[in-house]
Amino acid sequence: MSTSDHDNYRERDSEATFGDYGGQYVPEALMPAVQELEDAYERYVLNNEDGFMDEFRERMADFGGRPTPLQRAERLSERYDREIYLKREDLVHGGAHKLNNALGQVLLAKYMGKERIIAETGAGQHGTATAMAAAHLDMPCEIYMGRTDINRQRPNVYRMRMNGAEVNPVTAGSGTLKEAINETMRDWATTVETTHYVIGSVVGPHPFPKLVRDFQAVIGQEAREQIRERAGRLPDSVVACAGGGSNTMGTFHAFVPDDAVDLYAVEAGGSSLEIDEENALAPNSATLSTGTDGVLHGAMTKLLQSADGQIMESHSVSAGLDYAGVGPELSHLVDIGRVTPASVDDEAALNGFHRLSNLEGIIPALESSHALGYLEEAHEELGDLVVVNVSGRGDKDLETVLEETEKRDLEAAPDVEVFGQ
Amino acid sequence: MEDDPRRAGSDGTEQPASASGELRADGGEQFGSDIEAAIREHHPALITYLTAGDPSLEDTKAYVEALDRGGADLIELGLPFSEPIAEGPTIQAAINRALDAGTTPAGFFELVDDLETEAPLLVMTYYNMILQYGDSEAPRASDSDAAPPQSKPDVRPFVERAAEAGLSGIIVPDLPAEESEPLREACDDHDLDLVFIVAPTTEGDRLEGIMSQASGFVYVQARLGTTGARADVSNATHDSLTRLEEYDVSEPNSDGVPKAVGFGVSEGDHAAEIIEAGADGVIVGSALIDIVAESDDPAPALEAKAEELKRGAIRGGNEGNDIEIDAPEPEQP
Ligand SMILES: Cc1ncc(COP(=O)(O)O)c(C=O)c1O
Repeated sequence: MSTSDHDNYRERDSEATFGDYGGQYVPEALMPAVQELEDAYERYVLNNEDGFMDEFRERMADFGGRPTPLQRAERLSERYDREIYLKREDLVHGGAHKLNNALGQVLLAKYMGKERIIAETGAGQHGTATAMAAAHLDMPCEIYMGRTDINRQRPNVYRMRMNGAEVNPVTAGSGTLKEAINETMRDWATTVETTHYVIGSVVGPHPFPKLVRDFQAVIGQEAREQIRERAGRLPDSVVACAGGGSNTMGTFHAFVPDDAVDLYAVEAGGSSLEIDEENALAPNSATLSTGTDGVLHGAMTKLLQSADGQIMESHSVSAGLDYAGVGPELSHLVDIGRVTPASVDDEAALNGFHRLSNLEGIIPALESSHALGYLEEAHEELGDLVVVNVSGRGDKDLETVLEETEKRDLEAAPDVEVFGQ
Repeated sequence: MEDDPRRAGSDGTEQPASASGELRADGGEQFGSDIEAAIREHHPALITYLTAGDPSLEDTKAYVEALDRGGADLIELGLPFSEPIAEGPTIQAAINRALDAGTTPAGFFELVDDLETEAPLLVMTYYNMILQYGDSEAPRASDSDAAPPQSKPDVRPFVERAAEAGLSGIIVPDLPAEESEPLREACDDHDLDLVFIVAPTTEGDRLEGIMSQASGFVYVQARLGTTGARADVSNATHDSLTRLEEYDVSEPNSDGVPKAVGFGVSEGDHAAEIIEAGADGVIVGSALIDIVAESDDPAPALEAKAEELKRGAIRGGNEGNDIEIDAPEPEQP
């Protein structure tokens, strides 16, 4: 693509953009809040004013359990005949990388003098992380969650309630993540003067994609140090799953300047990469691999959309990857060739789930299982030394996995019939 | 009808001034645009919103004509987008009905092609709809396995089509001034107004910046939140009055574009209060959509509602000071 057809965008490489992507496409009422957040990001996160980042790191150690291990996966290394290391974000408090961001933002809201926290959640992972962080820091918290997701993710709803958060059902549309984000933005547009919106991934208007990335960047910073200690060198490739892309950018960020390290963002291929234009339906959420440029939820990025610009319903067996957009920085890194987009389908992810559970004694989240599915499919292209981010643990997914496994003949699955008896 | 004062300046070819309008600065003989002319000549103005395609484009045509007869001075037509983040439940529901009915941008523009209203028409839509328009020839993901070589989205095809259809302006609720340059330039080139929203949180430099870019009118958002007539309407009116004080819109013929107040206005009495406080126009949407959704015969009910609102606005104008009234009392049904 030539630079001449870029006049349509905010000036390239401004603070608010990543190449062609990013920006601040929000209602006017939110602009002052977004600018206030820019200011807070610069002061507290970038310049560690009042020791903000020190407190964040301390709390992530004491409350969050950081640093997480980088573990050599012995049987996977044997199976693929190369060195496979797992970054164990499943061991972060709450069971996923989500706390890195949630705790960072709730703490930031406190420093900013905000009195109330709101957040959206899809599968409930970001909602539970935010509820935990809000309880830990004694902030009132309300979570918006689609009606469909509430019904599919009951245990997470209870966890949020246990931590003292209100859970507001969203009935619009298909009642999933996209609608939950819409509704949280509407709340924010009403309560913006007192409330901080803890967005759940590296999406949304500037500065959210940078802010969330910087809170998640600890994953890659630790992993980079750890692999050099363990293997004596940088890896040939780093693999992470990508929904909105927060574990992805968090894992990649420290490696982006290391040109020799290949970065793979593995998306949900769902049941097919074909798009059903007529019904505005994508049976996948492979946004980086198949999406087109547009504006959703405050940013220019790659999207699953119809030719007219209506956002499509996406689909994946993994609720946490089920989103029609993706972080603008990832869109940019894909366009310039720094990140390779990939996808594996539901079945490969389920096999990845079973394989890690079986071979390594680690039950991964279905989201992370996509990265493991890709490892199986593409390991020969990944070089001799590979780091895979295990973004979360899979306890939350057991019911889905049993259901989906029974429908299929999966090579890596144990005999699950015993569970049905 | 051809002689109706609302007609003046509504034919784009008669307009010497571009939408960027240097003529505006001296508050002079000519108005910057169709939209500004409609508001100033029919001061105080009634601006109405309907979602196009709710429940069908054919119905929308009849409803728009009814509003036009009832005294609407400007008519906003919503082009439905699947993620209307600035909208409350009423307009969300209207958008869902329109999308379920299969409303597309192509159908929307055909509706506008067919409409012959005295009130200038504006399109209200989200930025992605503008970016994607005319891009339907581009290869989509489903056309090939490999990532398609993409053309970057461009605002110009939409603006060109809007101008061709006879629209006078565009309102984009998710496009703040900071991101508006490409669209503003395209609108300037086609003599369309890009209408900006000023919120209760807009202050200082940002307020000045927006006021300096504004064309047509400035949409003064009466209160924080989303669109929709709330239960507590009097509260909404009170909030609008506070906004008006802060923005000093009490001199309608001073420099700058007219100011119209929206978000929560639903009755003639509220229109009166808002105009009396010095607004140049009131914007009413959700209250009209309630009629579309609930009335057995929406067209006459919309016409009567427009009359009520316009009468209220005029009453407010009579009671306010320093406000020139040259709009006739709307015809009785
Ligand atoms: C364990 C886990 N991994 C990954 C994701 C996907 O989010 P992101 O792409 O922002 O990392 C989620 C989202 O809920 C998750 O719970």
